[in-house]
Amino acid sequence: MKFSESWLREWVNPAISTLELSEQISMAGLEVDGIEPVAATFSGVVVGEVVECGPHPDADKLQVTKVNVGGDALLDIVCGAKNCRLGLKVACATVGAELPGGFKIKKAKLRGQPSHGMLCSFTELGIDVESDGIIELPADAPVGTDIRDYLKLDDRQIEIDLTPNRADCLGLVGVAREVGVLNSCDVTEPEVAPVAPVIDDVVGIRVDAPEHCPRYLGRVIKNINVKAETPLWLQEKLRRGGIRSIDPVVDVTNFLLLEYGQPMHAFDRAQLQGDIQVRLARAGESLTLLDGNQVEPREDTLLIADDKGPLALAGIFGGEHSGVTEATTDVVLECAFFNPLSIIGKARSYGLHTDSSHRFERGVDSQLQAKAMERATALLIAICGGEAGPVVEVKSDQHLPKAATITLRREKLDRLLGHHIDDATVHNILVRLGCDVTTVTDGWQATAPSWRFDMAIEQDLIEEVARIYGYNNIPNLAPVAALTMTDHREAVLPVKRVRSLLVDRGFQEAITYSFVDPKLQARLHPDVAPMVLPNPISSEMSAMRLSLLTGLLGAVAYNQARQQGRVRLFESGLRFIPDEQAENGVRQEGMLAAVIAGTQSDEHWDMAANSVDFFDLKGDLEAVLALTNDPHAFSFRPAANPALHPGQSAEIVKGDKVVGYIGAIHPQHEKKLGLNGRTIVFELELAAIEQRVLPKAQPVSKFPANRRDIAVVVADSVNAGDVKNLIRKVGSNQLVAVNLFDVYRGKGVEEGHKSLAIALTLQDVERTLEEKEIAQAVEKIVNALQSEFNAQLRD
Amino acid sequence: MQQLADIVAQALAAIEASHDLKQLDELRVNYLGKKGEITALMKSLGQLSAEERPAAGQKINAGKQQVQQALNARIEGLQTEALNAKLAAESIDVTLPGRKLASGGMHPVSRTIERIEAFFADLGFEVANGPEIEDSFHNFDALNIPAHHPARTDHDTFFFNPALMLRTHTSGVQIRTMEKQQPPIRIICPGRVYRNDYDQTHTPMFHQVEGLLVAEKVSFAELKGVLYDFLRNFFEEDLEVRFRPSYFPFTEPSAEVDVRRKGDKWLEVLGCGMVHPKVLESVGIDPEKYTGFAFGMGVERLTMLRYGVNDLRAFFENDLRFLKQFQ
Repeated sequence: MKFSESWLREWVNPAISTLELSEQISMAGLEVDGIEPVAATFSGVVVGEVVECGPHPDADKLQVTKVNVGGDALLDIVCGAKNCRLGLKVACATVGAELPGGFKIKKAKLRGQPSHGMLCSFTELGIDVESDGIIELPADAPVGTDIRDYLKLDDRQIEIDLTPNRADCLGLVGVAREVGVLNSCDVTEPEVAPVAPVIDDVVGIRVDAPEHCPRYLGRVIKNINVKAETPLWLQEKLRRGGIRSIDPVVDVTNFLLLEYGQPMHAFDRAQLQGDIQVRLARAGESLTLLDGNQVEPREDTLLIADDKGPLALAGIFGGEHSGVTEATTDVVLECAFFNPLSIIGKARSYGLHTDSSHRFERGVDSQLQAKAMERATALLIAICGGEAGPVVEVKSDQHLPKAATITLRREKLDRLLGHHIDDATVHNILVRLGCDVTTVTDGWQATAPSWRFDMAIEQDLIEEVARIYGYNNIPNLAPVAALTMTDHREAVLPVKRVRSLLVDRGFQEAITYSFVDPKLQARLHPDVAPMVLPNPISSEMSAMRLSLLTGLLGAVAYNQARQQGRVRLFESGLRFIPDEQAENGVRQEGMLAAVIAGTQSDEHWDMAANSVDFFDLKGDLEAVLALTNDPHAFSFRPAANPALHPGQSAEIVKGDKVVGYIGAIHPQHEKKLGLNGRTIVFELELAAIEQRVLPKAQPVSKFPANRRDIAVVVADSVNAGDVKNLIRKVGSNQLVAVNLFDVYRGKGVEEGHKSLAIALTLQDVERTLEEKEIAQAVEKIVNALQSEFNAQLRD
Repeated sequence: MQQLADIVAQALAAIEASHDLKQLDELRVNYLGKKGEITALMKSLGQLSAEERPAAGQKINAGKQQVQQALNARIEGLQTEALNAKLAAESIDVTLPGRKLASGGMHPVSRTIERIEAFFADLGFEVANGPEIEDSFHNFDALNIPAHHPARTDHDTFFFNPALMLRTHTSGVQIRTMEKQQPPIRIICPGRVYRNDYDQTHTPMFHQVEGLLVAEKVSFAELKGVLYDFLRNFFEEDLEVRFRPSYFPFTEPSAEVDVRRKGDKWLEVLGCGMVHPKVLESVGIDPEKYTGFAFGMGVERLTMLRYGVNDLRAFFENDLRFLKQFQ
């Protein structure tokens, strides 16, 4: 909502500056978005009258004039504007004037003719009005008056950003009331005297849907001159309200829109057939709107219609056919109250949003229509002439909004605010807001004014009292609550801890969008159809992620394209897997994913610049899993994954459930994903690591530990993990550690085989183990390896 | 005894001039060895009378000790020199960087969320999470935003269908919590939220932290107190805070909170209010018995103000040159 400050001050004029006013209304909840001067800074421009005007002897496009600016002598001024003519009242910049941009007016000669001033256009004065020539002032503009005073240009356009509940301030009247309340000063409404009908013409009105349109007023005005010029003062009020002047009929209805927040419409009487009908649309109807677009209204849409069919989408937009044109002489003015619930959402459903729908769907004062009709009639006749007929009103009392009577309890007020505001202040605030207030035991009863659709319950009144009293006059208090210790469970492994670990291991945390490019995602996850946004920002951001990979790999590519040779990123967040069984048909699971690419370490004077491989990231992953203090709960097994290198990918298994995967990105995806070289990823369900095993202390053995190294040769296809698992299973309690410290292939080991060097640590808590026992234990392990994996002890 | 003095002087001069341990050992043998010159003098004591002998003996002993001490001192000096030379040869450039795996860093958005969580954890607020694909009941209806409410269209929602959408705020988590639990409730809900808007100042995904406190007798003055303390802690600055009336369907009274640094403009940083009775009713909490406050803030905006980030989009580009600034 935009309005002119000086217009507001015609209604209510507290002795405060513009800035104070702006601050005050912002702090009352009408947030001021901007304050703009209505014209640029300039000086020395006065009202002048062109008293002589003739062609320039040496220039076709110029005219030579004499202009009376009220001084002793007439001014010689050469003017190039086509609309410059004898008798015109103009805005004349005199010698010494300074126009916007520092342009100074001096005595000059134009093609040999003296010119002691300049006749100005709106643009030249920094006023945002589209016009071809110089400003044409009304004939009664007093010569010599400073134009800034005459046009009230020392004014500002104030824009407020209104919340949906404050529809009452979508007209200047509402802002004025608010300012009146805040400053405890009177609001002066313009006098609206009824225009007595001078003709009998009426239009029949039939409201078939009174629940949607509880009040409808129509009035015939005949013989108007639609070509009349809208007066400058009205044009300026519209302009400062952000509305351009169109023609007098539209300008008058727009004026009422700005002033009272009452949308109105004018029909060309000659185009109406029979009665005006307010009814719901019927199947198969169609209407061409004022903007030329055609709509086929649904049957839930309220229409203004006549015998021939739809005339307008009620409360939203007028139709082209019945609109006022240059040929119009007789109009029907419409002024209605539509039920907000009947209008809400409708405009949007047709891809429309109009000043009218904006107001009707938020609520227009249901008691305003008669006044607005009289005001509009008077303005229209003053501008365009014409004769008004009687106002026809159709209303349905039972459907008009009932003023809510609300009880405000003293106790509730104090309790909700945490602050006591004295009785007189509370009472006074409610009264000033327009409520009808009675004091009752323990509180008040207030009837809301018809323009406040947002007052219905006790909390609404509490908010109003607090708002006018001033939120910042309510103290800041510390909450009082029982000191209840919240539950802390040590067995819950906080995600925060996991993130810290990865950060300390050199990873940067990334946050990537939850919607990704469906094409890239399909490359990585060809077997699952993701959820797709019907109206995405772009097709590259349209598919809900099935894993964190697509986003993270995008971040790797982004950084590699910016000379970042070494990338280590991780992310935690939800993935979205369509699943009929899940709530809302989608499993939303917390995941942890990490990716590495480039070198193992930053380039260093004494460290080799090796490229990362599978085991670099696996080490990081194992560190994460170790946070559960239950490392053997997890195992890795080779598994195919369309995203990953077939020989370098594994499932992460917990119990018998696959909880994630790790591997190198399949080389065939690298180029398509914009990746430069080998990229290793893992993704893990956070649920798999949300619990940790609490430490259970064991006594530390006082007896020596015995290390025995064995080297066994097994086929390449045997997994080291299985070997270690078997050793642990076979080893007794005395086997306290198993460490695989070398893997060897080559000379001395048969082709297709590998030698695994494993350190076995044996120890007892109660005694020193004897050599014989140790040898037996080792032998048992070796035998088991032999029978299970055909492992041969290597010499 | 002139002879002794000469020998000692000679020995001391030779020790002083010597530069290696082997030569010093030879000098020791020459003077103090079995056949050494001072040893020979000692042996010659027998030729003196019994009266002269003790005094002469003492003098020779003193001379012997003098030489021995000089020898020891010289040996020690040479050993120190040798060690120093060896250590000098082992010296390194201590300014060279160490072998390290550089630490990474948390995303600035997570960093801000963790700080906020910590502040409210002090007051007994627990962190609650919820789904990001949300149904209209939890995202709108239960929050007193009926179908076609202007606030619903203002949200620029990413709908999958009219009943299913990407959540536009984390308020749904508050609803889910209240559905399961009777007051007292103290939670904060951080997380991703989504709006269909992408320009200089909007990204289609961003983060919010919302908070909720429901108990008997929770007041607006307490809401003000909590948020005032929070903002002072968050910015660690002596800034002005003001509460400006606003409107949210799910709170009443509602306010937006602005902060102002010295000499600066007011900046809106969060929205808040007293939980609307319809919201409490929708989850089966008696609004006559309980009241509550709720607040919500945009994490990116707070992060930008705190660390001087001026392009919102930087948060989701994941440019390492940006991220690595947050150590």
